[in-house]
Amino acid sequence: MSATPARPLSPHLTVYKWGPHMLVSILHRMTGAGLATFGAAALVWWLVAAASGPERYAEFAGWATSWYGIAVGVGLSWAFFQHLLSGLRHLVMDIGAGFEIEANKFWAVMTLAGSILLTAALWLYIVMVRGA
Amino acid sequence: MSMDVTKPAETAPALQTPLARVRGTGPAGHGAGHWWHERLSSVACLLLYVWLIVSLLRLPALDHRGVTEWLRDPLAAVPMLLLVLASFWHLKMGLQVIVEDYVHDEGNRFLSILLLNFAAMLGAAFAMFAVLKIALGGGGG
Repeated sequence: MSATPARPLSPHLTVYKWGPHMLVSILHRMTGAGLATFGAAALVWWLVAAASGPERYAEFAGWATSWYGIAVGVGLSWAFFQHLLSGLRHLVMDIGAGFEIEANKFWAVMTLAGSILLTAALWLYIVMVRGA
Repeated sequence: MSMDVTKPAETAPALQTPLARVRGTGPAGHGAGHWWHERLSSVACLLLYVWLIVSLLRLPALDHRGVTEWLRDPLAAVPMLLLVLASFWHLKMGLQVIVEDYVHDEGNRFLSILLLNFAAMLGAAFAMFAVLKIALGGGGG
């Protein structure tokens, strides 16, 4: 798109009152970008390390179970659940449902609550049942 | 002269479907195709990642032996290959939409999309090669 400076721009993001649906919308893009880069890199590293033998795999496992590896893992799992839930919300909206203001806001908040809950449940399971 | 006021004057007769009108449009230049494939791959990712998480949580150990023995089973290797394909397909399209939204300069946009597509193919190739090496490699791994 070539910019035409003389043309007035329509008021965009700044004219709207901030709401949970806007946060969920931009989080969907941000978590997607995070998963597409760091998440994909972690997936490739894990699989290539497994294919390259026990030493390489031990390198990966050492990194993944370090405190910063676990921090990245918690972040990626939250991003995954957030992207999954807001993605499901988008699929519902794609068929034309869920646009009423109250329902739209409610499900936006539910994706935020759900992603935190699922992340907590996953890591609780890992720590309690699998012993980290 | 009678005229249907609900229809714009330029609208072609019923021969043109709504799909024909969106083909070739949009910032990506191919209408709704990209949008549809993004949805299709999202459902594939949803199913395959539920499978992956459940499988990993059920594995007795996530060490090298545990993971490679698991991936030698075709019932694990094939879904994993599909998961890699669906993931890189989906992330390629998602990142491309971000580029199309924010990179306005034609040259930069072309270069970004080119590099993005190559990076996605490279990542998918490495991951799929790794899965196949484990699955078909016999005892070594």
